[in-house]
Amino acid sequence: MDSQYIDHALVLAGILFCLGLVGVMVRRNLIFIMISIEVMLNASGLAFIAAGSAWGQTEGQIMFLAVMTLGAAEVAVGLGLTLLLFRHYNSVNVDQLNQLRG
Amino acid sequence: MQQLWLIPSLPLMGFLLLVLGHGRCSRSLARLVGVGSVAMAALVTIWVTLDFYSLGATQTYQVELWPWFRAGVFEVSFGLYLDGLALSMLLVITGVGSLIHWYASGYMWQDPDYQRFFAYMNLFVAAMLVLVLADNLVLLFLGWEGVGLCSFLLIGFWHRDPANGYAARKAFVVTRVGDTAFAIGLFLLYRELGTLDLPTIMALAPEMFDLGGNHPTLIAALLLAGALGKSAQLPLHTWLPDAMAGPTPVSALIHAATMVTAGVYLIARNHSIFLQAPNVLLAVAFIGLFTLLVSGFAALNQTDIKRVLAYSTMSQIGYMFFALGVGAWSESIFHLMTHAIFKALLFLTAGSIILALHHEQDIRSMGGLRRQLPIPFWCFVIGSACLVALPPTSGFFSKEAILNASWQLPGYGPWLWAGGVLGAFITAIYTFRLLFLVFFGPQKVQPQEPKGWQFHPPLIILATLSLGAGWFVLPSQGALPPSPSGHPPLWTLVVAIGLPLLGIGIAYQVYVRQQWQGLRIAQWPLLRQFFLRGWGFDGLYQRLFLTPFTTLAQLNRKDIVDQLPARVVQLSLTLHKTFSQLQNGQLRFYITTLACAAIIILASTLVIQVL
Repeated sequence: MDSQYIDHALVLAGILFCLGLVGVMVRRNLIFIMISIEVMLNASGLAFIAAGSAWGQTEGQIMFLAVMTLGAAEVAVGLGLTLLLFRHYNSVNVDQLNQLRG
Repeated sequence: MQQLWLIPSLPLMGFLLLVLGHGRCSRSLARLVGVGSVAMAALVTIWVTLDFYSLGATQTYQVELWPWFRAGVFEVSFGLYLDGLALSMLLVITGVGSLIHWYASGYMWQDPDYQRFFAYMNLFVAAMLVLVLADNLVLLFLGWEGVGLCSFLLIGFWHRDPANGYAARKAFVVTRVGDTAFAIGLFLLYRELGTLDLPTIMALAPEMFDLGGNHPTLIAALLLAGALGKSAQLPLHTWLPDAMAGPTPVSALIHAATMVTAGVYLIARNHSIFLQAPNVLLAVAFIGLFTLLVSGFAALNQTDIKRVLAYSTMSQIGYMFFALGVGAWSESIFHLMTHAIFKALLFLTAGSIILALHHEQDIRSMGGLRRQLPIPFWCFVIGSACLVALPPTSGFFSKEAILNASWQLPGYGPWLWAGGVLGAFITAIYTFRLLFLVFFGPQKVQPQEPKGWQFHPPLIILATLSLGAGWFVLPSQGALPPSPSGHPPLWTLVVAIGLPLLGIGIAYQVYVRQQWQGLRIAQWPLLRQFFLRGWGFDGLYQRLFLTPFTTLAQLNRKDIVDQLPARVVQLSLTLHKTFSQLQNGQLRFYITTLACAAIIILASTLVIQVL
């Protein structure tokens, strides 16, 4: 990729990140929140790839591999917890899951 | 002399055994440890005394056991110092102390806290022995505070009665006033002489201090204040009559024979400083004189048998201070010894009477006990004769020596002598008033005399000693400055013997034959109240110190100094409450705030970079 396209890639990554963030902030369903987090992770991954390609370095792609692994692990743990929460409370609405307040 | 360290260690080990074995230790074992440790200390003292005389009775012996602490150039060690003065005190403490322990093992037998009692008593004896054997003033101060603590613990021994606890606190606080002055005196002494080692002070004081200079006067006055508190002299004497709340053997050991004489020992020990401060020495004589007169009058119409004895103790210690003040150093220590013996005898006899009457201490409900309690009666007669200084008892020799020395003091001599003789006259009246009221007259109650090997033998030994102690020569002569030699005119001796006899005659007329009732103080209610309350010193101190202090404390209830820290605490509490509202458990709220905060931080970084 040419280095002049990095601006476009970063803007796209920013838009995706904001969409994900808004999703996390407004959705009540735990599963949608996790999907939104996944969108945010991939937005950051896109930024890494773009930057790595712009400077012609491989660290960007290595970083994206790390982000992807992190995302997979997060989804595995998160879905497990969601399943347990659903069994316990019969709901995946985060507004009702507020018993852990100090 | 190598066994010297054993003397304070034995009672201390007794204390440790009794404390560590508390609850597991039977009464007879506690008795064996408690009495045995002091008796063994007495045996070691006799051994040391024989050594002392075999090496010639004027030498001194000093041994450093181990260093205690050092701060810069100031070093303090656990060291023992033995000279004639310390040896005299050792003999009194361990000798009279072991007899009192022996008696107490029977007196306290019914008490549920038998073990605790002997633990405290042994700790007291250990602290007192450290006090007299210390080779430096810091170690002496340790013993000094140790005996104060034990006095507090033993006055409040029956702690279930709040009045006893009050008496204990009063004794502790009043003596603390003197102790503070004493400590300041030590600091000053260190600043001036650079040492607190007793032999060095004795050697240095005459060289470093000018006669009557400011420094020796101030230091001597501060040490004197400490001695006044401990020895219950005016104006720090108010605690002693209340200290009678403790068990009677405690009154005999601590508040008659040993601890209250620690002030006399302190002044005699630091005689080289006091000799450089003649004004203070004169004050010692006058304080002694006033105390012996004030407490003598106060003793005239007390109704509690132990309070009479307490006031007479104050008055006799007044004689010792009087003697120190007029320069009769060894006579004072001699009177200390004879007083320890006969006052212990009087207190223990009073203990027997109190026990026989089921803990009745009011002399108005006693009377006619002469036939039922023959041994206590004769012991009390002997003790009273010593207290009144009838020849040839031991009290006669010591008191006559003091009065003779006071006559020879240039200047105030005859006046002091007259005061002392007046004191002896009053002593005769109140002592025999007590004797007549308790043992003569109509019998009011049926006593049950405590009998057994714990009761009579100590009394009889003490009575024999009281009669015979006048012929002893104490080893303290070599350690103290010489007393005035010379003889006052013969008529002074006649007066000094005659006035006490007259006093006994008056007491006999008034209290046995019931004549001359106009002389009874009870005839004048105001005077009676005044003397009964010990010249109203308690009320005076209440108005002068306690009421203003408690008023101030009431006014400062909210504690002005604490306001600033309190505000800080309040502020952080408010902030805590505000911020804890944010922790509401809403995940979406957390994320939103997190995002907003991140945006704000990023934006501000950008703005700062642009600027």
